[in-house]
Amino acid sequence: MVMSWIFMGILLISSVCALWTGRGGALSAAVMEGAQAGISLSISLAGSLCLWSGVGRLMERTGITELLARLLSPLLGFLFPGTKRDPVLAGHLSANVCANFLGLGNAATPMGIQAVKRMVRPETPRLATDQMCRLIVLNTASIQLIPTNVAAVRVSLGCGTPFDILPAVWVTSLCSAGVGLTAAWVLGKLWKHD
Amino acid sequence: MTDYLVPGLLVLICGLALGKREDPYSLLAEGGRDGLKLVVTLVPTLVLLLTSITMLRASGAMELLGRFCAPVFGFFGIPPETALLVLVRPISGSAALAVGAELMAEYGVDSTVGRTVAVMLGSTETTFYTISVYFGAAGIQKTRYTLPAALMADFTGFLVASWTVRLLG
Repeated sequence: MVMSWIFMGILLISSVCALWTGRGGALSAAVMEGAQAGISLSISLAGSLCLWSGVGRLMERTGITELLARLLSPLLGFLFPGTKRDPVLAGHLSANVCANFLGLGNAATPMGIQAVKRMVRPETPRLATDQMCRLIVLNTASIQLIPTNVAAVRVSLGCGTPFDILPAVWVTSLCSAGVGLTAAWVLGKLWKHD
Repeated sequence: MTDYLVPGLLVLICGLALGKREDPYSLLAEGGRDGLKLVVTLVPTLVLLLTSITMLRASGAMELLGRFCAPVFGFFGIPPETALLVLVRPISGSAALAVGAELMAEYGVDSTVGRTVAVMLGSTETTFYTISVYFGAAGIQKTRYTLPAALMADFTGFLVASWTVRLLG
């Protein structure tokens, strides 16, 4: 329902804007062009989504995700002290972080939800704990080894070296995760349980 | 260096799978079928989103937004052309991808704007969606400082993306 209002808003804004700037012709052409561009974008994403879903399946089966989880466990223990007492929570959390890291967003979400459910405190079932906030921040900072969707769009637009943005992507996500976690830590001190 | 990352990863996982007496080719195909199902659900949304974004661009509304945001964006060194992407990114993932693709096509994939857009898309996530899905499923209502902290991470992502593109090429 929210999207309907946003869509309506966009239609209104562009119509009024086009009327004001006198670009009615361009606007009506844009309707058809845009719809076609939607199909082109879907097709340019299809190949990489297809291949990468297969790669995800394979990484699960060969135990790469498990290996990565073992490598990450010291860091997870530091950010989520609860994992030291609860091996199931540790499993969900590392699966979530690993799936995100490998660019398998669809596999990451169910694991993240399981982790949050396990972090719920029985005394305060509706309150977000510090660990939950850190999990959300880690997820939204999107620390990703290979952003395949972006690479696919770049290739479809004629880019010959779609992966040359990787160093910039890595530095950027690490910075945003660092700032996000620091912000969470500072806010956690100020914003006590209410 | 980064040129060999993806091919290397493919060699590694196929080799590992063969070593474990698995069948990597059919596993890849099996996973690929799921990927294709995802594409099918994505198509109608992307058509609607790109229609609306192309209309915004053609009507001149996008330019107005860019000009409106230019002083603030300029202060932080973020290209003002990316204004719509920055606004949309925390709300909807497919809309952000649509806006990003349109911007890359308009300004060129290897222009500064095009590369900044790509880095922004690759290093941020759909914050509002993540919070509502994770907390909604677990019945959390008092989210405390989660949203400000997550938005701070997003903002840092946009900022650093604009800088790293200039520094790291």
